[in-house]
Amino acid sequence: MNLSLLIILPLVTAAVLLCCKGLKQVRSVALIGSVLQLGLSVVLLAAYWNERASGNTAQMLFEESYAWFRPLNINYHVGVDGISIAMILLTAFVVVAGVLVSWTMEKLSKEFFFLLIFLSVGAYGFFISLDLFTLFFFLEVAVIPKFLLIGIWGSGKKEYSAMKLALMLMAGSALVFVGLAGLYFNTGTFDIMAMSEMNIATDVQKLFFPFAFIGFGVFTALFPFHTWVPDGHSSAPTAASMFLAGISMKLGGYGCLRVATFLMPDAAHAYSWIIILLATIAIIYGAFATMMQKDLKYINAYSSVSHCGFVLLGIGMLTETAINGAVLQMVSHGLMTALFFAAIGMIYSRTHTRDVEKLGGLLKVTPFISTVFVIAGFASLGLPGLSGFVAEMTIFMGAWQNPDNMYRLATILACASIVVTAVYILRAAGKTVMGPTNDNYSKLTDARWNEKLAAGLLIAGILLIGLAPFLINQLISPGTQNIMTRLAEAIVR
Amino acid sequence: MWTEFLVLMKHEFAIIAIIFAIMLLKLGKERSNETMINVVNVLLLLNFVAGLFFNREGMLFNEMFRNNELFVLEKNILNLGTLIISMQSYTWLKTHKHVPEFYMLLLSTLLGMFFMISGGNLLMFYLGLELSTIPLAAVANFDLTKRQSSEAAVKLILSSAFSSGLLLFGISMLYGTTGTLIFSELPAALNGSNLQVFAFVLLLAGFAFKISVVPFHLWTADVYEGAPVAVTSFLSVISKGAVLFVFVSVLYTVFKPMAEAWYNMLFILSILTILIGNLFALRQENFKRFLAFSSIAQVGFILIGITGSSQVGSTSVVYFVLIYIFSNLAAFGVVSLVSALTGKESIGDYKGFYQTNPALTWILTIALFSLAGVPPTAGFFGKFFLLMAGAGKGNWTLIVIAALNMVISFYYYLRIVKAMFMDKNEQPIEKLSMPLMPRLALYACILGVIAVGLVSYVYDHIHALSIKF
Repeated sequence: MNLSLLIILPLVTAAVLLCCKGLKQVRSVALIGSVLQLGLSVVLLAAYWNERASGNTAQMLFEESYAWFRPLNINYHVGVDGISIAMILLTAFVVVAGVLVSWTMEKLSKEFFFLLIFLSVGAYGFFISLDLFTLFFFLEVAVIPKFLLIGIWGSGKKEYSAMKLALMLMAGSALVFVGLAGLYFNTGTFDIMAMSEMNIATDVQKLFFPFAFIGFGVFTALFPFHTWVPDGHSSAPTAASMFLAGISMKLGGYGCLRVATFLMPDAAHAYSWIIILLATIAIIYGAFATMMQKDLKYINAYSSVSHCGFVLLGIGMLTETAINGAVLQMVSHGLMTALFFAAIGMIYSRTHTRDVEKLGGLLKVTPFISTVFVIAGFASLGLPGLSGFVAEMTIFMGAWQNPDNMYRLATILACASIVVTAVYILRAAGKTVMGPTNDNYSKLTDARWNEKLAAGLLIAGILLIGLAPFLINQLISPGTQNIMTRLAEAIVR
Repeated sequence: MWTEFLVLMKHEFAIIAIIFAIMLLKLGKERSNETMINVVNVLLLLNFVAGLFFNREGMLFNEMFRNNELFVLEKNILNLGTLIISMQSYTWLKTHKHVPEFYMLLLSTLLGMFFMISGGNLLMFYLGLELSTIPLAAVANFDLTKRQSSEAAVKLILSSAFSSGLLLFGISMLYGTTGTLIFSELPAALNGSNLQVFAFVLLLAGFAFKISVVPFHLWTADVYEGAPVAVTSFLSVISKGAVLFVFVSVLYTVFKPMAEAWYNMLFILSILTILIGNLFALRQENFKRFLAFSSIAQVGFILIGITGSSQVGSTSVVYFVLIYIFSNLAAFGVVSLVSALTGKESIGDYKGFYQTNPALTWILTIALFSLAGVPPTAGFFGKFFLLMAGAGKGNWTLIVIAALNMVISFYYYLRIVKAMFMDKNEQPIEKLSMPLMPRLALYACILGVIAVGLVSYVYDHIHALSIKF
């Protein structure tokens, strides 16, 4: 399995897009490209199972390494473990759904789909990189298209949101840069695997861990650097919102795990209480902030702050189950929030409002869309059988394994926030789809085939994780075990 | 003996030949501007190609003149930049009355830079520097009907004269304390005495004027705004690049024994330069003034790379200058086209540019992203390596400040992108037709902006040569 294909295929798609004319050509090319990419990701998954089944226990599979900037010891080094494969599959799902949802994007369609596909190059590259330089390169590749996507095709105060998002994410990557440079000058390499075999001095770790963790944290809405999330998500066009919340926020979570925690375990132990503190604040603050929102996109955006808080909580607990849960939560939140945004986009394109107060009774007019909306809501509040439940449950179990009393207090508080989640989700769902139908909306059309397909794809993912969690658990646990080994070595020291 | 002399000074002779060719063309029968520009462009292209082959290492005139592969590379970079600028100024020059004079003055400047780069003696260096400055002041005055243009020329010549004075004072003191001006003999004669440090400060100030390091930057914005766009781009890219090459080479070879002293000076200067450049760039409305301040900030980043005082540092500086030539010239190319065809130079005029000129907008956007250091453009690699070189010293305060300043700079570059793509405008700049020459030049720049970063061969090549500093 040649991992570089994961980058080459979307690049080729983007190049072909540039030669296309008209919406019809453009969207078919984008769809074909993204479906092929999904197929490729599934092939990768199968190849991974095969390798593992045949007894290959290497940390990373399908590694490739080429010298890039030899004098600086920078390599193009890629490889995957279960965690990266889970993320790649998530990205592929969301991109296909995003293309389908934007099926009727009339305004500058070529540019729109080009940027969307280009954005996915950044995400795929990020998830397969095993060299910090390549990783950072792809991290930044995934920033600029967002600025243009929000600023050109967005709604509301789009210029403000686009600028805020771009600047905050760039500030995040500037911090990441300092962290990476610090690691480089103390190890002489950018290679993650090579670094993971070294003992980096505790002082160095303590100095550079905050840079790396906060830097990646900005991407994943670490409190108090979450302020770009509500504005960015709500101004973005539907597909971009799906991408932002579904994938882009996961870049941060993955980075916190793979770079900060995995490479600097001593510092992770030392600072875990701060992570827990900030994560707990984000969870509770996000949940209560959501209660106050009237705009559907703001509701989902603030709830994303809360849900990504769970990811950081899981990482900060530093137990195997909790980290497993964090990865699960990333995948689950990615699918569920993309579905939520897709549903909101479908509602908005028909009613031209996202205000909860003005909507009502949509279930009678547009049963499919309303059902999708409700399913997304249920997944978000953690209904058993859907992915959110599995992920949050795993995080709580893992969190409780940490014997420290304050950590347990944080766990209890985080658990309690689920009640608040239920309140806002049920209220939003109730007001939107139940009740008397507003006369203006009595003639709405239900979902078209492309929207049905997009929703179906994401729901399938949510159900699969919700009903057969052991599958994805088997996929990611070897990856988490490696991280745990690093963390355990740190305790011994 | 005399053949070696011809081969070693090949680049210089080529430029002299072109200058004489232009003179002869001017003497003959009346020719249209288009023919003239095309002929010169072909000559410059031949000159660039010829510069790539048959190069030798060696010294002439008792080390007055040195040549090696690194210097050849630097000269080739400058040749390429001049060619691109000449192609870009096609639209502006087409209607100008004094095309031959423009080229003669511009190429004399280039000749001066070549002597400056190759100079192995402070006197030779100084002669080259003067030859590269005085004609430049004359071309800055080339918008003959504009008062601002004359103002720019006067400011340029006065500030250059002042900085030359500082340089000469420094050189004379250096000679007084060491008894030599030859680069290869100076390091051994330096002992770090106070007088020598003072001489170094004066030299540094002279250099700082030329590359507009804060607080010696005050002339930059006015000159950039007043001079014709072609001259502005030449000033900001070629002239700055040449002085930077020499600056690095002087610091890394001649003043190597005083590295401790200049490290702290450069540390403070670089922070000041980035910060002031960025803060002023935030508020500019005129595109040329904006590019002036942004180029000040870029020089600040280059200084950070220089503080690394390592091979990575010198490599990164040359590498960054190459990238900077491509990205800045792409930006200037669009600005010069718009300014020549419509006379509009304010950032506000670019609102809604995307509706009428999508291709130009993308070119300008890619150029700005490269200046901002966004991957996959080359600017990302350039900035990354400069900061890495600076970080090599372990001064993390500097790196954190620089990294956060990248975010500030990001804001003002994005502001222009926003104006072009997102802002509404009742009367956007009309659809512009690009003549062949500027079009080719812009494509070459964009190709450079994308390829120089991703293709690591360029960096490896410069790295291999940079041991010759």
